[in-house]
Amino acid sequence: MYPTPIERWSPIGRSLYKASLPVSLCVWLLPLIAVLVTSVRSSSELMNGNYWGWPKHFALVENYRTVLFGSPMLHYFLNSCLITFPAVIGSIALAAMAGFALATYPFKGNHAILGTFVAGNFVPIQVLMIPVRELTLHLHLYNTVWGLVLFHVSFQTGFCTLFLRNFIKELPYELVEAARIEGANEWQLFYRIILPLIAPALAALAILVFTFVWNDYFWALCLTQGDDAAPVTVGVAALKGQWTTAWNLVSAGSLLAALPSVVLFFAMQKHFVAGLTFGATKG
Amino acid sequence: MSSAETRTSVSTGAPISTPHSPHGPSPVATLARSAPLARRRRRAAVLFLLPACTMFCLYVIYPIISSIVLSLYSWDGMSAKVFVGLANYQELLQTDTFYTALKNNLLWLVLFLLAPPIGLAFALYLNQKVRGIRLVKSLFFAPFVLSGVVVGLVFSWFYDPAFGLLKLLVGHGIPVLGDERYATFGVIFAALWPQIPFCMLLYLTNLTSINPEIIEAGRIEGATGWSLLWHVVLPQLRPATFMSVVLTIIGALRSFDLIAVMTGGGPFDSSTVLAYFMYDQAIKYFRYGYSAAIAVVLFLIMLVFIVYQLRRLLHTER
Repeated sequence: MYPTPIERWSPIGRSLYKASLPVSLCVWLLPLIAVLVTSVRSSSELMNGNYWGWPKHFALVENYRTVLFGSPMLHYFLNSCLITFPAVIGSIALAAMAGFALATYPFKGNHAILGTFVAGNFVPIQVLMIPVRELTLHLHLYNTVWGLVLFHVSFQTGFCTLFLRNFIKELPYELVEAARIEGANEWQLFYRIILPLIAPALAALAILVFTFVWNDYFWALCLTQGDDAAPVTVGVAALKGQWTTAWNLVSAGSLLAALPSVVLFFAMQKHFVAGLTFGATKG
Repeated sequence: MSSAETRTSVSTGAPISTPHSPHGPSPVATLARSAPLARRRRRAAVLFLLPACTMFCLYVIYPIISSIVLSLYSWDGMSAKVFVGLANYQELLQTDTFYTALKNNLLWLVLFLLAPPIGLAFALYLNQKVRGIRLVKSLFFAPFVLSGVVVGLVFSWFYDPAFGLLKLLVGHGIPVLGDERYATFGVIFAALWPQIPFCMLLYLTNLTSINPEIIEAGRIEGATGWSLLWHVVLPQLRPATFMSVVLTIIGALRSFDLIAVMTGGGPFDSSTVLAYFMYDQAIKYFRYGYSAAIAVVLFLIMLVFIVYQLRRLLHTER
């Protein structure tokens, strides 16, 4: 093990190390802690210049209520959900099929297709911007959640396919052969045999894709206008314009926007980390 | 943090982790190409691939080609496109903002590459077994999960010259984001906050899979501290180093969200990068052809890394 395990340290070093952990954590998360404290500060206190002292009275309920009901935050939130869930399901469904095909059938051009999926993922998204915008306009999906869903499904499919293809390749091939001998057709092979086996990979991917799509800002800017289909990232940026001085409300809004991915991360940490480090080809 | 699949992938380091998988071409397919079985399987392969490939072509492949073509036209999104050849690129080469953006992109690239070594330092610091370390690790990682918009807001506020935390720490307000000299540095600093824990995670995962016997052997040979790290540990961490460097480079070239939220490219375009410059020209000035030309330049820069990554992928496959 490296570095030297703490059990072999001197007792002083050991307690110093243990003491340093919370301190370094506080320093590291200082910006976040500051936002957290500010989000429960009352406006009058901010007005009086108490930015950094401990809040005298907590305006937690008040601030979060203002953000949730005094602004279109809930609407943005709903949009984000309407974009993220179909995008996650769609990209994983497409990728599971494509990954299965690339892992199971050794046809000519197999590697070329895989390579295209990988390369597509590294492309600077700006090079896609204008044509995707035009395409979305032509499909009459501009400024709708479906315009964003279709794009995210297509773009995330590349990464997910690579990930699932590698996962399926690691399964014992005998499974496939045995199922075929048993008389399973190709669809049953995929649906009944492979799909249950790759469930953990699907979970890991779902969480990752959820985070990527939920946090997206660029495409939301490009494919929406106004509030109709704007997700929460755009909403929070708009809050900053709306309440330029009400930082307590802006920070409450930011925290609300960040909440789903943070909660998901802490709840499904193992899957998240496995996904991130397994298919670590994601930018 | 150390599930089986995680370990295998990082220890081989490549996205494709089974160079010797049992999947050869199935004998049936090679023996009888026209056999109904082979044909059925080929048809199944096509059907399984069709939806993903269609969507990918429509939303990724076609737009790339379309952008390259568009960069040779002058177009405002409404009236007819006019073919102008390389005029957009020529204009680009004569624009000061283009060089500012290029310079900032380079700055991003160089400073962003601090993330892997700092991430390694964090990983080494946290790679101990004490009570609650899992929670500490996750909390350290938390900034990575935040969206760029939130990170941008958090740091705009941190820097605020009137009441920001920075003012409190330094004693007097520095308008970091309003000053041409500091704006880019301010944004990059904010961007490192989520990038460092990502590199840290890659290293932490890799650290669980290194061979303890080699480390012990190194210790017995008398290697300590830096020399142990440099000569014995780091070579075993190469997969994580590779991944974090590649992904950090791509992240640096993609930077958009933070700039859009924190400075909007300003003041006076001083903190713009190619990605933002391109967006600005399209959305604000409707110069689609010109904007496509900027995107193509960015694409060409990135192509170096794409080709490198692909070669590696195909290499591991063979």
